[in-house]
Amino acid sequence: MSETSIDPDRVRSILTRYPQGDGSGLIHALQDIQAEFGYVACEAVARLCEHLNIPLSKAFSVATFYKAFSLEPKGETIIRVCTGTACHIRGSQILADELSSLLDVEPGGTTKDLKFTLETVNCVGACAMAPVVAFNGVYQGNVQPGALTRKIRGGK
Amino acid sequence: MRINSVKSLTRAAGRARGERKRLETEVLVCAGTGCLANGSMDVAEAFLGAIRRRKLEARLKLGFKTTGCHGFCEKGPLVIIQPQGIFYKGVKAKDVKEIVDQTLLKGQVIQRLLYRDPNTKQRVEQYAEIPFYSKQHRIALRNIGKIDPKCIDDCLAVGGYTGLAKALTEMKPTEVIDAVTESGLRGRGGGGFPTGRKWKTCREAEDPTKYVLCNADEGDPGAFMDRSICEGDPHAVLEGMVIGAWAVGASKGYIYVREEYPLAVKHLQAAIEQARERGFLGDDILGTGFSYDVQIARGGGAFVCGESSALMKSVAGEVGEPRAKYVHSVIRGLYDKPTVLNNVETWANVPWIITEGAAAFASLGTKKSTGTKTFSLVGKVKNTGLVEVPMGITLREIIYDIGGGIIKNRPFKGVQTGGPSGGCLPEGKLDLPVDFDTLTEAGSMMGSGGMIVMDDRTCMVDVARYFLKFLVDESCGKCVPCREGVHQLHQTVNDICAGNGRPGDLERIEALSDVVVKASLCALGKSAPNPILSTLRYFREEYEAHINDRKCPAGVCRNLFTFRISPEICNGCGLCAKSCPVDCIAGEKKEVHVIDASVCTRCGACRNVCPTDAVEVI
Repeated sequence: MSETSIDPDRVRSILTRYPQGDGSGLIHALQDIQAEFGYVACEAVARLCEHLNIPLSKAFSVATFYKAFSLEPKGETIIRVCTGTACHIRGSQILADELSSLLDVEPGGTTKDLKFTLETVNCVGACAMAPVVAFNGVYQGNVQPGALTRKIRGGK
Repeated sequence: MRINSVKSLTRAAGRARGERKRLETEVLVCAGTGCLANGSMDVAEAFLGAIRRRKLEARLKLGFKTTGCHGFCEKGPLVIIQPQGIFYKGVKAKDVKEIVDQTLLKGQVIQRLLYRDPNTKQRVEQYAEIPFYSKQHRIALRNIGKIDPKCIDDCLAVGGYTGLAKALTEMKPTEVIDAVTESGLRGRGGGGFPTGRKWKTCREAEDPTKYVLCNADEGDPGAFMDRSICEGDPHAVLEGMVIGAWAVGASKGYIYVREEYPLAVKHLQAAIEQARERGFLGDDILGTGFSYDVQIARGGGAFVCGESSALMKSVAGEVGEPRAKYVHSVIRGLYDKPTVLNNVETWANVPWIITEGAAAFASLGTKKSTGTKTFSLVGKVKNTGLVEVPMGITLREIIYDIGGGIIKNRPFKGVQTGGPSGGCLPEGKLDLPVDFDTLTEAGSMMGSGGMIVMDDRTCMVDVARYFLKFLVDESCGKCVPCREGVHQLHQTVNDICAGNGRPGDLERIEALSDVVVKASLCALGKSAPNPILSTLRYFREEYEAHINDRKCPAGVCRNLFTFRISPEICNGCGLCAKSCPVDCIAGEKKEVHVIDASVCTRCGACRNVCPTDAVEVI
């Protein structure tokens, strides 16, 4: 696991939002850590556990159970291919495969240059525009095969 | 300003209505997730700029607001001009000047921005006349698209919180429960459990500390009505919850929202703060002495957390694993206290039932499934979006009358309802009335209301594989039948799709499904085989084609077919060659094109664009 340096002040400012010794804030605090650093950084989790007074194992059992959390740093652009049912029957698998071979990563992975993270997501609730792909949270609807290759090559 | 009595609520609502009446024209821009993705913020900004620059507010007595989702997401961004009811779709920022010049200033309708009926080819001017809307009956979605969800006054103007006022001042808690029971309201999240009975059991539970929760963890892929309600009318959900809390005697609650719905979280959070400020939440609600407060709990992206006991664990900051429910959560739920959990749409119905009366609700729908239900009508259907219809309407009416039929008028093959726990119904079931019980009898279920329409280019084996893959990923792993059984089912179907199916596979699937249904701990596992069992029941020949002939007739399972351009049909337009991402289609303009099957990745881009349907599956 690569550990980039985590700014202790930023961690502290997250911790102050949660009452000391109250474990029920765990999921929210992890979400805040993920939002702040882009991933659930080990160092931050260790501090959080001290603060909430819970064992490290519990924090990691929660962090690995929920899909929202990543223990690895993510790429600059997070590409999320929606694979909800509506997207699936309108060809989202083809889009995921296309991106996977273009970027040479499996869904869930990040390119070596940390430029892109490819993810699949169960449903973003924008089914009427299926298939949907989100670039850093900006949705693009009715995506046709080939369009993403053009977009990424054009943007590189 | 805090509202301390029913009287001051009436006054505040009157003031808000007066503000609205003062306006002669109102421009509404849809800012739901769908329209935002299509660029509705640019449109809204262009309007705001034009209104400011040209001083339209004073000149035209013009009001402007961004609203929640109108449901017709596919045609977004949507702009509606009231009171004329003019409905513009696909509006871009550059169209705004023309709308101001023509429609707002001269009262002329811009034809090219009007909705065009895909079947009659007629342009339709009025919002209410579009078949997509005219057949709907909106209760849960009653205010969405009419109000600015970020503005509580707008909500008061349309009668928000009057149901709460009535419940708190005119009704005893037990009378509220009786009204909900008489209305026949059943849980809209999937289970269809009678809401009144749930509340009654919770009220009668001995422990004095009780919780009232809202499930906004809309995990069913293909369903987005709860997202839309949270984004478009969050106060309806809050109002419902406070009424529920009054009925069961709870003083605290949570709304558990999916992590994937950032806008819903934002609007709910804003609504909670406004409601607290006005005295609809918190201590001494409406000056009655009753106290109840709500907090948002954000989910962590786990489908199983839609299950009640897993959700409650997750709210408490634990791993979201379900427990065996020998004791129901209405007796021992969150933190082992009696807990009522209803989903977003259920809560949004509650205030309406209180204001309009249980009988009004019960008069809609069928005997055992009263009221309306919101469906997200998506997939291969012409008009996709959210529709709210009375229970008992047929699938055919929804798909053909509201949905306008299948895209490109292709043959209908099946409709999937109920998400990963539901099933696929074939054409023979199109005239089935849609309600909780008939769908279950037919081998599917209502679920939370996803309705995914499939045409002849959808492979039903692949659909089953898709749901099994979903469930393998989402099984929490606590009980063996679900963790291992669903995994095995997925492996078998995966093999069939890859062309490695063996005789006897279908029988093995059926036997194993039976075990998974009977032995799993929670509803996720118990219903996991539904997609595969229902497709086997209605589309068995498609499985047999995959196993025996090594063919995927729909052209989806990539090892089991190749594409070919029919030389008799191809008109040489060249669109296929242009769309091909691997450049494997050759041919001169106006001459027959040919696919190089050794390079083709079978992505289907050519088939999607071909105007003459010349791309065949062989």
